[in-house]
Parts: sequence; structure tokens; C-alpha cells
Amino acid sequence: MGAYVIRRLLYGVGVVLGVLFLLFILFFAVTKPEDIARRALGEKAPPEVIEQWMVNHGYDRPLWPWQDLDDNLLFDHYRKMLTFEFGLSDADDSPIIDRIAAGIGPSLALTVPLLFLGLLVSIPLSLLVAFFRETYIDRMGVFLCVLAMSVSMLLYIIGAQFLIGKILRWYPISGFDPTLLMMPRFLAMPIIVGLLGGVGGDVRFYRTVFLEESSRDFVRTARAKGASEPQIMTRHILRNALIPILTNVVLAIPFLFTGALLLEAFFGIPGLGSITVDAIAANDFATLRTMVFIGSLLLIVGQIATDLSYGLVDPRVRFE
Amino acid sequence: MMGFEPYVFSNLVTVAVLIGLGLLVRVVRRQRLWNEAARQLWDRRKLAIVLVGIYLVIGLLDSVAWKGGVPEDVVDVLPNAPLTLIDRVFLGTKEASYSAPLALVEFYGAAPLRRPGTHALGTDILGRDVLYLTLKGARVALLIGGLTSLIAIPLALLFGVGAGYFGGRFDDFVFFLISTLASMPGLLLLIALIMAMGRDTLSVCIALGVTSWVGFCRLSRAETLKLRELDYVSAARALGLSEYRIVVRHILPNLAHLIVITFVLMFSGLVLSEVVLSWLGIGVDGSWGQMIDGARNELSREPIIWWNIAAAGSALFGLILAVNIVGDGIRDVLDPRTQKGPT
Repeated sequence: MGAYVIRRLLYGVGVVLGVLFLLFILFFAVTKPEDIARRALGEKAPPEVIEQWMVNHGYDRPLWPWQDLDDNLLFDHYRKMLTFEFGLSDADDSPIIDRIAAGIGPSLALTVPLLFLGLLVSIPLSLLVAFFRETYIDRMGVFLCVLAMSVSMLLYIIGAQFLIGKILRWYPISGFDPTLLMMPRFLAMPIIVGLLGGVGGDVRFYRTVFLEESSRDFVRTARAKGASEPQIMTRHILRNALIPILTNVVLAIPFLFTGALLLEAFFGIPGLGSITVDAIAANDFATLRTMVFIGSLLLIVGQIATDLSYGLVDPRVRFE
Repeated sequence: MMGFEPYVFSNLVTVAVLIGLGLLVRVVRRQRLWNEAARQLWDRRKLAIVLVGIYLVIGLLDSVAWKGGVPEDVVDVLPNAPLTLIDRVFLGTKEASYSAPLALVEFYGAAPLRRPGTHALGTDILGRDVLYLTLKGARVALLIGGLTSLIAIPLALLFGVGAGYFGGRFDDFVFFLISTLASMPGLLLLIALIMAMGRDTLSVCIALGVTSWVGFCRLSRAETLKLRELDYVSAARALGLSEYRIVVRHILPNLAHLIVITFVLMFSGLVLSEVVLSWLGIGVDGSWGQMIDGARNELSREPIIWWNIAAAGSALFGLILAVNIVGDGIRDVLDPRTQKGPT
């Protein structure tokens, strides 16, 4: 077990380094620092202004270690990212770390309820559908799931805003208030929309998981010894299906921080998703690569946590 | 395209697609397994298959273009511009600005229309017929889904089968590569790629391809690892067949059902991703995503302009739903795991 944990952690470190290399390729080698400067300052900026901007943002050095071993952008990129020293935004020169710190709260306020309500809705629903397998209810349920999955998230959001703004006349249609009392008012609609958009796929996925478990021998044994159907559903099938469910949940945790990009941007929630969207609009490469790095880092931690937690939840799993 | 004008290339692609479809039908008809599967699929999902077919026909009609043949009195197209069949049907239907579906006068100002009562879905802010724009979106959607899959699936097979079959250093490398790519949140990686590569259709498709091949690569690697150990592969090796021949004749055909399933299931995800990209301002020109994005603020006008977004939204929904249903059907028919009866 100990050896496995160490190996898994080391592999995770390797993947982090790989992600950083990929980011370097994309944001330094493919999009040259001069391009970034030009996009930030405009096409007609005089060369000396571009030069000065590149000095200010630390872009005025050779890219690769073989050009200058002590002072190059590749090593600098690794050093800065790994020490969480993200530097200044390319668009308005504000420190990126401050913005991220300000964005985490609102992001979590949206996505944590979304995750738990999502589980609370989709697991009972999928148990129900799996309980009535191969009947009219099952087929109807699956069809509804496919129907819900086929609508673009964008359309859900536009529809919801239309409903609030034009028909229900709740104002405002977007915004955010950090005080505890007012928050639900602004968060209700994005959460409902998020649930609508995600529940179809989740129910369908969990249904498949439950159906797979329900054809196991231990379910037949339970049935043979006279356990009731609801009991089999909860005690035997649900408990054994926890592993895939757990995987799904742990892998969703990073997205709690990076936020639901669309929901945040449309409903005016100043979280990390909104920061990313603003960075795209402003050609702010420094912020963008920081967001990609943070998102990846959380995902890698999540993956390691999932792999290690298998051993805790499922006694059948042995680490060699 | 070297010496070609884009429209010639588009015509060639159309011919290639038709030949490809013809070959597909031929293969399906000849092989009993596939023939049986196709019949079952048709029996179960007729409506959805017909719907996908309609989209495909519209897309192909919009891909055949030639120059000339524009009447003198049509002013809103460039002379000598290549026009597709769909363009020709809607030639000269451009109005000055908004008009409601089948309206006789303009929406604001009530000025008479040039072609009253003919715009089945109204016109947009520039006076373009919405039905026309919606039909043209079909080709873009098929292109996004199809072109991207053509990039992603061969790439995934090359790396996945190669890694699974040959193992060793190459396997380590591929496994590291896919774990790295899988560790980056999909949408963020997609955005990063497009920001870095530029914003034209091809780079959007390449970016979508790069972000979507990982899952299938992992799947084909795992399948190949299993297949490699089977008796008939050992037998083929014992008979002295070359590695290339073993992979092509004994491994790949056993992945065929996975390729078909992945293609169909990937398709709808790709088209939906493009809608999000359009909203971020990095989508493909002429897509339904761009129509939806352009029309979303018109819902707040008074009176409401709804036909734009309704048309693009329904067209998108129809295609995704039909493809999803066909995809589910294909999976039921082809996947051996779902073949066993209910317990």
C-alpha cells in the first residue's frame, strides 16, 4: 500500500510537470510573447512600447534553456507556477492571485450546492428508473434523460433568463450579493439551470451502473433468500455501486473551484469561471494559463484521491 | 488549397463523402453481422435515422457549389461568387431588416417587404432569411462533428492500438500523454488551444479533436491489451504473420464496433461544445451556436424577436436528439455487454 501511494504521488507530480510543459508550448512557443504584447497593446503600438511592456511582464527573455541556461522563460514559467507566484494580468496589470482569491468564494457558493443537490436528485431518480427496469417507466425515463441532454446549456440559460426577465419579471436577471441572506435569491436560478443541464446525463450514467450491479450473483442470492425489492435496491445494489458514483463525484470536485463557466458568466457571479471568460475576451494570456494550471492541478489531486480512496471503500481492491 | 478555390475543394469533399457512404452501405450489406445490426437498428430507431438523413442531405446540398447562373436583378451576391444549391434556392430573398415569419411588412416601421409572405421563419437584423441561415447551419454542424472525428479517431487508434499492441516505452509515453491531457479540464484546454492556434474553422476542429481523442485512445488501448492475448492472435503470430498484418486484420476489425459507437456518441458532444465556443466568441462562422449567440439579446427587445433563436435552437436540438437516439441504438445493437437479456 505504502509503495503504491508513493508511486501514485510521483506519477501525479510527473503529470503536473507535463501539464506545465504543454501550457508553455501553447502560451510561449506557439503564441510568442511578442504576439501577446501586440494583442494587449494593439496592432499599431510602437516597438519601444512593446519592448517596455515585455520587460514589465517579464517576457523579455529567451524561451528555451539552451538559449540561456540561467535566465529563460521555460524555467521561469515552472518556477512561478509551482510557487503559486502568478504575476500580473496581461490585460490590466492587476495581480492574478488577488483575483483568484476573490473568485473562489462565489464559485464555491454556486457549485457546492449544485453538486449536492445534483446527487440528491439524480441518485434517487436513477434508482427509481433502475427499479422499474425494462418497463414503460424505464423507457420513458431514459428518453427524458436523452431529451434533457440534447438541449444546449446555452439554451437552458437563455430560456431561464427569459423566464425571469420577461415573464416572471423578477429583477435582476443576473448579479450576486455576498451576504448570506441575499445570496439564495441570486443563486436559485443558476442552480436550477445547472441541475437541469446535468441531471439527464447523470441519471443515465447511474442507471447503467445500477443495472450492471443488479445482474450480479449476490443480488440473485439476496432475492432468493427473500429480501424485498426496495431492500435489494438500497442495501445490495446502491452500496456496491458506490465506487463508480464516488469516482464521478471526486472528479467533479475540481470543477467546484473552476466553476461552472457558463452559469457564472451569464448570471453575473464573480467567480473563477467569470474570470476565465473575461480573460478570453481581453486576450489575457497570463490569467488564462493560470486558470488552466489551477484547474489541472485540482483535477490531478482529485484523480489521485479517487485512486487511493478505492482501497478504503472497496475491500476487493488490493494495491499490488 | 493549392491552386483550388475553396468551393472546388468542397465539391470534391462532397463526392468523397458520397463515395464513403456508398462503401459503408456495401460493407454493411455484405457482412452478415453488420447487416443484422443495421436491420435491428432500423427497426428500432426509424424516425431518428430518417431525421439524421435529412440533416445529412441538407448539408450535402449546401456543399455542392458552382459559379455563374445568377439572374441580373439579384444584387445582394457578388457576381462570380460560387453559390451552393441552398444559396440558389434562397437567391434574392434578402430584406432590409427584421420581419416576422410569413409577415407582409417589416417588423419595425411596417415598410413593405420585397418578398412578402415568403419568409417562413422570418428574417434577422440584416434582413437575411432565417430558414436559409438555419439550413446552412446544418453543413457547419456536420462539418464540426465529422471533420473533428476524422482527426480524433484515427489519432486515438494510432496511439491507442500502437501502445496496447507494442507496449514498452511507446506505451509508457502514450499513457503519460493521455494522463496529462486528461488532467486538464476539457473546456479550459479547448479554450487554451484555440487562443494559441487562432480562430478559424480548421483550428477549432483541431482543438476539438485534440481534446476529444483521449477517451477513445484509452479505450482502444485497453481493448488492444485484451485482444493481444487472445488465442487467434497468438495463432496468427505463430503462423509468422507480420506485425502490421496482425494489427490490421486481427486487432482493428475487433475494434470496429467501438469505432462506430464512439463516432456517434462523440458527434453530439462536439456540436454542443461548439455552441459554447461560439458564445465565448471563438466558434465557427455560420454555426447554429453563432446564430443563438447573436440572437440572445434580441429576446429582450420589445416586441420580442423570437424566431431567430427558436429556429437555430430547434435545428440544433433536433440534430443532437436524433444523433443521441441513433447512438444509443447503435450501442444497444453492437455492444456485446448490452446484448445479454435482462435479468
